[in-house]
Parts: sequence; C-alpha cells; structure tokens
Amino acid sequence: MTDTAAPAAAPRAPALAGRVKAAAILFVLFALFPPIVTAAGDPFLVLIGTRILAYAIAAMALDLILGYGAMVSFGHAAYLGFGTYAVAILSSYGVSDILLQMLGAVLISALFALVTGAISLRTKGVYFIMITLAFGQMAFFFFISLSAYGGDDGYGLSQRSTLFGTQVLENDLALFYATLAVLIGLFALCHRIVGSRFGRVLTGIRENPTRMEAIGYSPFRFQLTAFVISGCMTSVAGVLLANQAEFVSPAFMSWHRSGELIVMVVLGGIGTLAGAIGGAVAALVLEEVLGMATDHWRLWFGVFLVLMVLFSPRGITGLVEQIRRRK
Amino acid sequence: MTNLFVLQLLNGVQLGVLLFLIAAGLTLVFGIMDVVNLAHGVLYMVGAYFVATFAALTGSFWWGLLLMLPAAVAVGLILEVVVIRRLYARSHLDQVLATFGLVMIANETVKIVWGVSPLSVPMPEILSGSVPLMGPLQYPVYRIAIIVAGLAVAGGLYLVINHTRIGMLLRAGATNRAMVSALGIDIGKLFAIVFTLGAVLACLAGALVAPILSVDTGMGESVLILTFVVVVIGGIGSIKGAFLGALLVAIVDTLGGVFGPILLREVLDPSAAGQAGRMLAPMLVYILMAAILCVKPAGLFGGRG
Amino acid sequence: MSRLDITHLTKSFGALKVTDDVSLTAEPGEIHAIIGPNGAGKTTLIAQISGQLASDSGRIALDGRDITGTSMPDRVHLGLARSFQITQTLPGFTVLENVALAVQARHGSSFRFWAPVATEAALNDAAMRALTEAGLEHRAEARASALSHGEHRRLELACALATEPSVLLLDEPLAGVGGEDAEAFVAALAAMKGRFTMLLIEHDMDAVFRLATRVSVLVYGRIIATGTPEAVRADAAVRAAYLGEEEEASA
Ligand SMILES: Nc1ncnc2c1ncn2[C@@H]1O[C@H](COP(=O)(O)OP(=O)(O)OP(=O)(O)O)[C@@H](O)[C@H]1O
Ligand SMILES: [Mg+2]
Repeated sequence: MTDTAAPAAAPRAPALAGRVKAAAILFVLFALFPPIVTAAGDPFLVLIGTRILAYAIAAMALDLILGYGAMVSFGHAAYLGFGTYAVAILSSYGVSDILLQMLGAVLISALFALVTGAISLRTKGVYFIMITLAFGQMAFFFFISLSAYGGDDGYGLSQRSTLFGTQVLENDLALFYATLAVLIGLFALCHRIVGSRFGRVLTGIRENPTRMEAIGYSPFRFQLTAFVISGCMTSVAGVLLANQAEFVSPAFMSWHRSGELIVMVVLGGIGTLAGAIGGAVAALVLEEVLGMATDHWRLWFGVFLVLMVLFSPRGITGLVEQIRRRK
Repeated sequence: MTNLFVLQLLNGVQLGVLLFLIAAGLTLVFGIMDVVNLAHGVLYMVGAYFVATFAALTGSFWWGLLLMLPAAVAVGLILEVVVIRRLYARSHLDQVLATFGLVMIANETVKIVWGVSPLSVPMPEILSGSVPLMGPLQYPVYRIAIIVAGLAVAGGLYLVINHTRIGMLLRAGATNRAMVSALGIDIGKLFAIVFTLGAVLACLAGALVAPILSVDTGMGESVLILTFVVVVIGGIGSIKGAFLGALLVAIVDTLGGVFGPILLREVLDPSAAGQAGRMLAPMLVYILMAAILCVKPAGLFGGRG
Repeated sequence: MSRLDITHLTKSFGALKVTDDVSLTAEPGEIHAIIGPNGAGKTTLIAQISGQLASDSGRIALDGRDITGTSMPDRVHLGLARSFQITQTLPGFTVLENVALAVQARHGSSFRFWAPVATEAALNDAAMRALTEAGLEHRAEARASALSHGEHRRLELACALATEPSVLLLDEPLAGVGGEDAEAFVAALAAMKGRFTMLLIEHDMDAVFRLATRVSVLVYGRIIATGTPEAVRADAAVRAAYLGEEEEASA
C-alpha cells in the first residue's frame, strides 16, 4: 500500500517543478538586468527595475489569496501604503533599520488584515470585493489626513533605510539586489505554503467550500489566515517601494493601485505565483512603454483590459482554467 | 451651535439624496444582475460634464439638464450593449477587470475631450441666492432644490417599483434571479432597462451637483466608494436600503467632519482633538459600515449574504 | 460506533414544512435506512443532522451529547460524517488528494505552512485505504473532474470514510449507479456494517432490505413508520402511502 501511495505526488510534480523553473528563469534574468542596462548605458533603469521587483512581491502576495483562495481583495494597496508609511514614520522616530521597519509594517498590516478580513470574510462575492475596497479606501483617507507626514502631498524621505547600521541601500544596485533577495525569499515561502497542508486546505476551499466543511474544515479560519499572510507580505513590498521612491504618499494606496495589482496577477495567470511576478513585469513594462508613446496610456491600457476580458471565450479566469486543464 | 447643526444636517441630507440617486442604480445592477460595476462612478462624472457642455452651448442650465438626459440614456445603452451585457455570465474577477478598464478609458477620454482643468456650471438664476431658515440662518436655494429634486426622484422610483409590472420584476429579480427567468421574461431586455435607468440616475446626480462643485475627472472616484458603502450598508438589491443607507452615510460623513473634533475637544486638549478629529472624520463612514456588517453581514435590508 | 438521537426536529422553507416533528434513533452499529418518495424531505433531514442547515426546533444528540447548535465541521470532528446525493468534490484535485484532505482534517493540525503535504505518507496511506474500501484505488491519480458518475459516487463514500466516522449519513449513495456496480457497492456497504452507525437514504429497495437493520419511512416530512424491514414491508400505512404504488405497478 505504501508503494501505491508513494507516487501520489508524481503527476502534480512536473507542473510544480515547471513553475519553480519559470520563476528561477525570471530570477536569473532579474539578476542579469543591472549589468546589462549598465553596459547599455542606462543605469537609471536599475531603479525602475527595483520598482518592478517590489510590485512583483505585492502581486505574488495577492496571488496567494486571489489565485489560491479565490478572494478578490480590492484593497491590497492599503498594505503597500502601510509599508511605505512604516518607513516614513519609523525613520522620523530614528528607527532607520529596514528590518525593523519591515517588522513594524508587518505588525500593523497583520492587525489591519485581521480586523478587516474578519469582517469582510463573513460576506461573499460582490460584498467581499466592495468591502475590501471600502476598507482600503479608509486607510487611504487616514493617511491623507495625516498632516504631519504631508497629507495628500506626501512626504519625502531624507534618506533610505539602513541595513545592519550601514547605509549600503543608498546604492541603487544594492537596493535592487536586496529587493530581489526579498522577492526570492518570499517566493520560496509562498511556494512552500501553497504545497503545504495549509495550502491544500486553502485551495480546497477555493474549489468547493461545501465539500471542505463536510470533511471538517471551517473555511473562515483558513481564509483569514491567508488574508493576513498576504497583507503582511504586501507591506514588505511597500517598505522596499518607499526606499525605491524615497518618497511616500497616499497615492501608493489609492484604489487604482489595488486594481493594478489585480491586473498584474491576472495578466500572468492567477494561481501560479511565478505568473504574478511575470504579470507585474508585463504590466509595468507595458505602462512604461505606452507612457513613452502617449500621454494617454491609461486609455489604451483600459481598452486592452476590456478587450482581454471580452474576447477570451470564458474570460480571463476561463482562459487560465483552460490552459491548466490542458496540462 | 444649533444653527451649525441644522446647517450641516441639511448639507448631509443634500449629499445623501445625491448618493441615493447613484446608489439606486448600482444596487439594482448588483442585486439583479450580480455584476460588479466599478464604472458606475464614471457615469456621475459624465453627467456633470454633459450638463456643463450643453449648458455652455445653449447658454441655459435648464436646456443643459434636458439635453443631458437623452445623452445619458445613450451612454447607458451603449455601455450595456457593448460591454456590460457580455459580463453577466462571467466571474466577479472578470467583471472587476473589465469595468476597471472602463474607468481608465472614461477618465482618459474625459481628459482628452474636455481637458484637465475643471469646468464650472453657472447656477440657474432663479435658484441662486439663499432663503432664511430660522433666525439668522440662511440656506442656499439651490441645495434645497437638489434635496427636493432628489426626493421627487426617490418618490417616483418608489411608485415605479411598488406599483408597476416592471417594478414587480425588479423586486423579484433582486431577491431571486432564477424566478424571474422562470417567469419567461426577456431577461436581456430587463437588464438593459435596469442598467440604463441606473446610468441615467447617476448622470442626473452628477448634473444636479455640477453648479455647486467644480467638474473634474476625479469627481467620480470618491463618490463611487461612498456609494459602495451605501449599497453594502443598505443591503444589495434593496432600494429602501439604498435610500436609508445613503442618508445615514451622508449625514455621518458630514456631521462627523464638523462635530467630531468638537466632541473630542470635550475629552482631549484642543490641538490633539483637532488632530484626532481630522484623522477620524473621514474614517467614520467605514467604521459605521464595519459596525453594521458585524451585526448584519448582508446589510440592513439585504436578503442574500 | 455511536448512537444518534433525533427528537422533534422541524424545518420549514417559507410555508412549506419539510421536516415535520421528526424523531428517530440510530442505535450503535445499526444501519438505519430512511426511505420515502421524492421530495419527502430526506436530503433536508440529512442536511439538518449534518449541520449544513440549521433546524427550526428539535434536538440532535450524538452519544447523548447535544450537537444541535454545533457547526458542520465541528460535527465531523465529533465523528459525524455525511455523503451528498449530488456529488461534491474538489474538481481540480486528484482523487487521492480529495481523500487525503479528509484524512488530514482528523490527523494533526492543518496550520502547517512549510512541509510539503503531497509526500506525507501517513495521509496518503490512509487515503488509499479509504479508496480501496470504496473500490476506487485504481483511479487515485485521476482528477476528480475526470471521473464517471459511478466513480463520483465512490469518491463521495471514500471521503466520508476517510473522516473516520462513528456515525455515517449516506444520502442515496447508489443514485444513478446500476447493475454490477450497484451490486459491488452494496457489498462494500454490507462489509462495513457494524463498524460504525449508518443512516442510509436509498431509493433502491433491494439494497435497503438487504442492508438495513431498521427502516423508517418519511412522507411529507413525517415519519409514518419505523421497524424491521419485514415489519415495515407489512405495514398497511406504508403500503398505502409508498410501497403500494410499486406493488400495484408490478401486479
Ligand atoms: N433550500 C430550499 N428552499 C426551499 N425549498 C426547499 C429547499 N430545499 C428543499 N426544498 C424543498 O423541500 C422539499 C424536500 O426536499 P428534499 O431535497 O429534502 O427531498 P428528498 O426527500 O431528498 O427528495 P429526493 O428523493 O428527490 O432526493 C422539496 O419539496 C424541495 O423542493
Ligand atoms: Mg434528496
């Protein structure tokens, strides 16, 4: 009997390994990005690269609940905001270490996610989307009224965070590679979570909550836990983003930003982690390229979105399912 | 103090009436079609731009308002036929993405057509000025007119929903969609009518408010989220809930901003109270929403959770 | 093996009384069958007992312990499992994964975030055992969405078995299963008799009379008779209300 059970994981393994491989290829390309653009004479692109990596972290964190938990959170930019403001507020109190700032961001995000998630998860579908959106907006308005940190106008950081007491992150290259390291680390964590007991339960709830209840799982606790984990990871991306921009403002947490995060996840294929990373790259590169070609890039981005949904036979989600089935 | 209170209460009611006009359509679209429409706030903005344009062309606010209506119907119908109709059978995620795309398209299009600087709409002559309320208290006629117009529309909607065949279908559809299709009704037509009606109401709200606000591209955004809060509080699909929710949200938002700091001053020192009040006030409606959802997860009048 | 006591249970959908003052006991180890015409309220009764639906009034007790207000997942942890008349699976999961999840619910914490679950031999072994019992071990690696109807019924059973129930509620496990398949299924259920208490809803009278220790007849939400298969078969009220139709048809 042990013999029959052993190959249990086998058919899934290729798909999983494929995803890890895809991510690994992405990571290698990321690592090669700074030397290439420097050689090409465009070293300023490194900073844009850092921004892309930070969003990739956020998109991947969102994918954990959107793709694996089927929770369409439309308020995830709030966590980006917590991360950015953790940098601004803590460093104004003399706490400039990036690890401590991440800790602060994670703690406040965990609290916010726990409370708002507990309320939102009592509802479903349309309600869940609107309520997460509303809570995201609540955080947005909170920081707008935070006049000590510039309110609406935002707040420039006098310096980047320190790492182990050094100013190493002032160097754009160092910040890029630090961000890449965080991305790789969190990808590994997400990957393990998805393949763990917890991840299997979370995915099961996505597939059929009634079945899960009938075998002894209360969806709420698992969904809430995933929601909190995802929020915390997103806030880490915010900490890095604040350092990249050396500026924080409520604009990081507007509901458009939440929408863009969802777009990133969907572009790369939901429920694949590596897809979210690729999606973040695609969306931001598209934005940069369209932005160079026209002032009205949002118009074309919007058209692209609408067409993408309308002309994939069963929507983007259907498209992803189809591809997955074929594997 | 009482004067200030009455004044702010009236402002709250005025905002509430506007929110109701927007939320009424949204709650029906959610309730009957189960579609998440992020682009609903856009219609409010478009209504304001329409009235600004038509009023400028004709030189009269009233003509502008009148011409806005067929334009609003056209926009609603086109949106429904070209995009929304194809989303009914889709996942909520698809609906979010497509209507988010619409928001981007609409905002940019408005910028291209009307430019980025805000427009203003002149107040119609007979509605300008103020009337005495009580004692020395004056209140702008136009705001009273908005309240009256909004209440009239709400009353009309009430009659339609409770005393006509289409209203009966709407009520049935909002609580039990399968039933309406089982009745052999042309669902496609019903949906188109509901969506267009909602679009016109949202445009109307934007048009009504145009003379007292500056018309710009951001105006749909803040209102959209407040409207979501209204719909969630009132219960998806419930017009009555949308009405009460709109008044509740608007009054809490308006009074909270003014009286929050005043009340806090009783317990905190003035500067801290001012600071805390400014920070808490914009969050009040969301806290209200959270509190209501804790007690009633489906909203005040929501049938479905 | 546990004892299930249901007393004065009711449930209405609007004006329709679907469960009307139902009292019934499943003794430890027995197979208690519930039969009744379509729409009698059998599935609703199972939903109430399993905790999927809240009852309007009445009491449900497992080994004397009141579980009327307990949630469905908590009831599963107390040993009360069920199968569905309309198959509920995790369509994107393999058959083995479907069952392993049921095992996992009863074995250790599910709040483990790091170790890969796919290689947990204990879970997979137990899942394979449940699959073997349900006769589906050869399809362990197939996706649940790729199963045939008969295989879906077996997966339902395997998932319920994997929760290690002391009381098992089976809602028409044979629905849509015919011929030899049904034979094998009945044999599998017969082999389990005595291991746990079973409440069996079934339309297949042959199966019911072969398996059941006792039979209750549910008509319009009311139990009109309870007794041994023989007694129920002979009951005049039952013949009139229910079995009569069949015998008339065959006469
Ligand atoms: N959620 C519900 N809302 C309203 N009525 C319901 C609901 N669920 C079941 N009913 C009604 O309750 C009655 C009993 O249904 P139930 O499914 O329990 O019957 P059943 O005995 O299992 O029938 P079958 O043999 O067809 O499976 C039916 O008339 C059905 O229409
Ligand atoms: Mg049934």
